[in-house]
Amino acid sequence: MSKYLVNLKINNMPIAVEEGTTILEAAKKLNFRIPTLCNHPDLTVAGNCRVCVVEVKGARLLAAACATPVSEGMEVFTNSEKVRVSRKHIVELLLSEHNADCTKCFKNGHCELQDLSSEYRIGDHVFLDLVRPESKIQDISSPSIVKDDSKCIRCQRCVRTCAELQGVSALAVVNKGDHQKISTFLNKPMHEVVCTNCGQCINRCPTGALTERNYIEEVWNALYDPSKFVVVQTAPATRIALGEDLGIPVGERVTGKMVSSLKKLGFNKVLDTDFTADLTIMEEGTELLTRLKRALVDKDEKVVLPMMTSCSPGWIKFQEHMYSDMLENLSTCKSPQQMFGAVAKTYYADKINIKAQDMIVVSIMPCVAKKFECERPEMRDSGYQDVDYVLTTRELAMMIKQAGIDFNKLEEAHYDSILGESSGAAVIFGATGGVMEAALRTAYEIVTGREVPFTNLNIQPVRGMEGIKDATIKIKNVKPEWSFLEGVDLHVAIAHGLANARQLMEKVRKGEAAYHFIEVMGCPGGCLGGGGQPIPTSPEIRKKRTEAIYQEDEDMPIRKSHENPEVVEIYKEFLGEPLSHKSHDLLHTHYKPRKRY
Amino acid sequence: MLTTEALVKELVEKNGRTRNSLMPVLQGIVQQEHYLSEEALLCVAKELDLAAADVYGTASFYTFLDTVPRGKNIIRVCKTITCHMKGKDEIVNTLSNALKIKVGETTHDKKFTLLTANCLGWCHKGPVMLINDEVYPELTPQKALEIVEEYAKSTH
Amino acid sequence: MENNLKKVDIIFEVDDKCTPLEVLDKTLKRSADDIILDLIDSGLKGRGGAGFPTGLKWKFTRNESGDVKYVICNADEGEPGTFKDREILDRVPEKIFAGMTICGYVVGAKEGYIYLRGEYNFLLKNLMKKLEDFNNALKKRNIDFRIFFKSGSGAYVCGEESALFESMEGKRGEPRNKPPYPTVAGYNSKPTVINNVETLVYTTMICHMGPERFKALGTSDSRGSKVFSVSGDTPIPGIYELELGMPLHEFVNEFGDGDTKAVQVGGASGHCVPRKKFNDTIIGFEGIPTGGSMMIFNSSRSMYNVLHDYLEFFTEESCGQCTPCRVGCQQLLKGIEAVKRGERPPAYLDDLKKLTGTMKIAAKCGLGQSVGNPFNSIIDNFREEIIY
Repeated sequence: MSKYLVNLKINNMPIAVEEGTTILEAAKKLNFRIPTLCNHPDLTVAGNCRVCVVEVKGARLLAAACATPVSEGMEVFTNSEKVRVSRKHIVELLLSEHNADCTKCFKNGHCELQDLSSEYRIGDHVFLDLVRPESKIQDISSPSIVKDDSKCIRCQRCVRTCAELQGVSALAVVNKGDHQKISTFLNKPMHEVVCTNCGQCINRCPTGALTERNYIEEVWNALYDPSKFVVVQTAPATRIALGEDLGIPVGERVTGKMVSSLKKLGFNKVLDTDFTADLTIMEEGTELLTRLKRALVDKDEKVVLPMMTSCSPGWIKFQEHMYSDMLENLSTCKSPQQMFGAVAKTYYADKINIKAQDMIVVSIMPCVAKKFECERPEMRDSGYQDVDYVLTTRELAMMIKQAGIDFNKLEEAHYDSILGESSGAAVIFGATGGVMEAALRTAYEIVTGREVPFTNLNIQPVRGMEGIKDATIKIKNVKPEWSFLEGVDLHVAIAHGLANARQLMEKVRKGEAAYHFIEVMGCPGGCLGGGGQPIPTSPEIRKKRTEAIYQEDEDMPIRKSHENPEVVEIYKEFLGEPLSHKSHDLLHTHYKPRKRY
Repeated sequence: MLTTEALVKELVEKNGRTRNSLMPVLQGIVQQEHYLSEEALLCVAKELDLAAADVYGTASFYTFLDTVPRGKNIIRVCKTITCHMKGKDEIVNTLSNALKIKVGETTHDKKFTLLTANCLGWCHKGPVMLINDEVYPELTPQKALEIVEEYAKSTH
Repeated sequence: MENNLKKVDIIFEVDDKCTPLEVLDKTLKRSADDIILDLIDSGLKGRGGAGFPTGLKWKFTRNESGDVKYVICNADEGEPGTFKDREILDRVPEKIFAGMTICGYVVGAKEGYIYLRGEYNFLLKNLMKKLEDFNNALKKRNIDFRIFFKSGSGAYVCGEESALFESMEGKRGEPRNKPPYPTVAGYNSKPTVINNVETLVYTTMICHMGPERFKALGTSDSRGSKVFSVSGDTPIPGIYELELGMPLHEFVNEFGDGDTKAVQVGGASGHCVPRKKFNDTIIGFEGIPTGGSMMIFNSSRSMYNVLHDYLEFFTEESCGQCTPCRVGCQQLLKGIEAVKRGERPPAYLDDLKKLTGTMKIAAKCGLGQSVGNPFNSIIDNFREEIIY
């Protein structure tokens, strides 16, 4: 349906835009940038920071450009004297209640308020300092997220993120007037409340009020410690986005440069989480087929379907809080990060003749929930904490800068072996639908002996940015040992972002959808939109990252997890077969119910 | 007396299981229990299927929806300009001395909490105070004392 | 002294020959369009303070499509110095109910809500009884309209119409972006008429007596009369219905104690008028509009204390969501304290005045927009009291 066109003028330049367009959007089309703080492309409009105010001819009030739709004949001025004075006042006011100790701030150089302040040359502070001393006490109770109220400008982007994208509302606006702030239930520490540690709030915080708990110094110390053998694993989505923090355009893959930089930083071995992503497919795919067999052949009423993926620690904690009655649906597979840690400190340590206690496993993750995950008591199957430190993509970029590495000029390097080989199926773990696609590539082939019937192995129906996707794969002409699957329609569903996951769970719980297998990723877009990825994020940025990740897949010589030679090797030498006793000991886990409210 | 859980269930039953019922439900709890305890807030979250932080965030917006323990009788002396002009300070001081608590505090026997409030809408008859829902205009320190004494006698 | 101040008796008038229900019966026999025409003709503007023409508001809502619409009576009277709605609710609630029902008939709404501030809960017992009788009377007449009460819980900003809707929807009372306006998307995002208590009574009375009698009162910009809440340094504080458009000096002659130094017109968010301006200040939409609050200060009062009190009020009662209001109010309050203590030079007051200019045009709702009214009028007229 075509919408009416509305004619207006912005800074005397005529433009016609669709009805319902905001002044902000219309101005952008004319290449006038109006500054914003509370506005975010992923969130509903708030219109509360007022930084985007503009003058509309004939109106008594300035209009918030983000929240005001255009109207016929409107004449807008984005930089009139009134606008400039007001905007400067507003930035000054925000600074007056902001702990503007920028040089000591983790977000120094990456702060939208700092940018605005510098843009408007806010020099001498006109207004009184309103920062409350008690607000400077940071909440560092969570292993993932640090909350610093003294940096908060009350734009409520985090609150909307947590409610609208994630359906969790760990954070809310509390109190009113001069006591208004962003807080948790009864102002409890972050680790005590219903929070999934997804870190989407961090990705959208314009200042340093919400940041990841950073472990950069710990990792440097490990690297400097001659008694430690430090190995690093890199998650699929990191190689897609790391460049964004190092001056490389969005969507440009930096796999080889990343490996190179990690070697330069001094890691003893640079290995790949993609290897354990392939291992996950072997375990999880087998688990799915086993569950299907128990359901279809053994008519075992205790078997729980649909099976749900367990790679995303934000999703896992969400499920533990919100759907603790459905924990049996979750695959018992550990996430690739944790499989890696467990394998590194056993199989790999033996192979390279290093004692597990001397090994430090560092992960580079697009995720802050992984920081929580590695500290879970269940994740010590090697006899030690399987993964010692988790750094976000952003933290790695900081380390690279600290080391003075000219990232752009780096030669490309290859992952070390073993635990460095991977397939295209593994790398797409980073995109929503990717685990599903990887699992289908392998499971279909195991069952039928043929490749999945999609051009170039690209299973398009499970790709894309819709919040919930579903697809049906018809299984035909199976191998004799899989005859019970002959003619079966395999129903699968995929959700990303926890608000979507919630919708899907409700459908499943009500029995409205008979799925066999469900993939859920806690973050919008999957890991490539993870809470540890470079800031900013937007649908457009995630789209570019997605395109890049699928290109990475296509460029890989091996596209299917079960064809990864190192995976074949580890089963032969160490694990035996998927779901073996050893696999269960090292690669599988269990979940625990947590409080719902 | 009902348990908190039963009270919340009853209020939700009466007002409906939707977000629009949140205010009357919270108001009903305060009516009975004088404040919103952690237990009460969690019960409301559960019954209305809202996040606990969301319920708390909403409650904390409203002056009358206290989330810290309050006495059985909550005294709110109007502090806005005309009551100020007509001697609200004397009223507050008198009550504060008599109850041996400062503004914002609750007596040891949990009978009284002394608070100040923004304009109560009795500017022509100040100073004025509310005790729970009842209004007492045209106060003198003596009158205020007598009223509070009456409450002390009838509260157990 | 000669005084032309005209006292009026429309709001509280009790006419045994024509009860509010009888006005309703009579009115519902007319077409909705005729009723709207009468209201527009009467010149009635909203009595809550903002002064939007009531007939137009009803007309816009009537013109919206949709099955579900609402009529809401804003009884969240919280403006310091205002207490007339409480008196109206207490004495003539049926006139409010009748006004709401007429409105429901005109715009096509089946539900009406009265949002009563929590501070007035003591009125509820009596009001509920009267409302029950009224709803029963509607039922008996087969009028498809019911009225309900909703209570506030102590938040001044909920008097702002969109904040009031948020509160009714079980949320924090944070004002919304406008547009959309309530006539398009109000309570539950449905077309909604929201009128002040007093406005609704006038609609009933205009339907009763016709627009002519109403129109004969007041001035061309400010038709009719209005209920004033008179407080402060006056020997006769209370509630008075007066013709609009009166010069302030006449008001002071009638209500002052002979030593009046200033009148705060329109409550804490209104304007402070010093004695030297009494003669050329008109109370009405052409001069200083008011929701009815008239606070009188005599020469014994410190205007610093008055301003400090107001600013403390706004600092606490701001919803806190928008920057100009949340931070601006705090800066104004702390700013005058700093000047008083000598920590900032007197010229800092001018910086703060400029800040109120931004608050006036950039704050999200009327609360933040109007804090500059008391601030500037008190600073401008009583600067020396603020500094020393």
